[in-house]
Amino acid sequence: MSFLSWVPAASTPLAAPADDGPGNPWFSWQYVNDNAGTILSKLGFHVGITLETVVIALLVAVPLAVVAYWIRPLTGPILALSGVLYTIPSLALLALLAPLLGATNRATVLIALVLYALLLLIRNALTGLTQVPSEVRDAAAGMGYGRFGRLWHVELPLALPGIITGLRLATVSTVALVTIGAIIGQGGLGDLIMGGFWNNFYRAEITTGTVLCVGLALIFDLALVGLGRLLTPWSRRRVA
Amino acid sequence: MNYFRDGLVWLNDPLNWTNPGGLFDRLQEHLVITFWAVLIGCAIGLPLGIWLGHRGRGGGVVITVANLTRAVPTLALLTILPLTPIGFGKLPVILALAVFAVPPLLANAYTGLRSVDPETKDAAIGMGLSGGQLLRRVELPLAVPYLASGLRTAAVQVVATATLATFVNGGGLGQIITAGFGLGINVGGNQIVAGGIAVVLLALLVEAVFAGVERLVTPRPLRTVRRRRVARPVTST
Repeated sequence: MSFLSWVPAASTPLAAPADDGPGNPWFSWQYVNDNAGTILSKLGFHVGITLETVVIALLVAVPLAVVAYWIRPLTGPILALSGVLYTIPSLALLALLAPLLGATNRATVLIALVLYALLLLIRNALTGLTQVPSEVRDAAAGMGYGRFGRLWHVELPLALPGIITGLRLATVSTVALVTIGAIIGQGGLGDLIMGGFWNNFYRAEITTGTVLCVGLALIFDLALVGLGRLLTPWSRRRVA
Repeated sequence: MNYFRDGLVWLNDPLNWTNPGGLFDRLQEHLVITFWAVLIGCAIGLPLGIWLGHRGRGGGVVITVANLTRAVPTLALLTILPLTPIGFGKLPVILALAVFAVPPLLANAYTGLRSVDPETKDAAIGMGLSGGQLLRRVELPLAVPYLASGLRTAAVQVVATATLATFVNGGGLGQIITAGFGLGINVGGNQIVAGGIAVVLLALLVEAVFAGVERLVTPRPLRTVRRRRVARPVTST
């Protein structure tokens, strides 16, 4: 079979779709009621691992970005490396980590997620730091700030919008990425999505997982937008 | 490193490549799925991005689309599409992946056309070029580097995400990994690692090939200028 002659429509169905009747609705309160405990625990797992990922990634990424910022020759290589690492497919990363850390281990998923979030955060934090105008840095140095004082009082606050943007990107993609953990039964809401698929294509379970997942991402995103506004009141004043 | 060596040993066995469902079969499935997904993504993302960029509006739409797709888990689309009237098979997998190919193509096409120097456009209009001529002769040639960059991002993303097709038995290299997990970590550990290595190599290869293409289609004078912008569209406001 030639690579180009393949036509999508010609593919043979793998299995008959589940019945379309009322027996398999897209959403069912009955299902949500009956499985409230499971759904809540999966949701809790999802929220927990997302928060853990983002906090760990932030604690590692900001110092790394500062190091890359101080030592200019490192900036290019760090950005290039993070770009290359980011192309590694998530499932492949899980596959390479799972034999080392245990195949049904929560830490396996956590480390994979932290790596991805880390890359997004470093990129954005570094972009934020390098965009601090050199006049501002000179002025701060002229006022007698040392390296750390300048970083803490001038450069990091000015880089905050970039860091918050990175945080939003990292959080939203982490929420979506947690679902991949379903392959080793550690996927939070992804377990619901895959569970519904394997459980004779039970649509209500899939939809519940999906809706909660997207909703969670939106809530986190909005919360971070609010946090950004609280932390950088000057940028709001400038717009107004 | 023991597991890593086991994975390499697995890759070194020719039968693991040529068997039915072996690496060659899975690689072909993977490339076919990727090819069609990127093609569909191009068919939707490029004209839309070029049109919006030419008209000079709709930036909000582009950003919203990009952010929305980021929040939707790939797994959700992969599992939901086969249960719709589309039915099972490769088509829902391809469509699900195409959805994730659209944002980079759309965003880069839009940015590319918007970043054409307004003075250049004024000069072209002053020379009497119509809207269509302006698009074909001035804006598109100047936006080619951005279009190529969007294609590269989309292709790499789809080739990486196509690994997940295995969750719905859609074939591709991910199938090697899930089959390994199915055997259990003690028996299939080498296969899991081997599948992981194969997928990583493929993703890096596609990245390298498209980076080469991007460089080839970028005229020499534009190469230095392009270094100023961020490599990936990572803005979200």
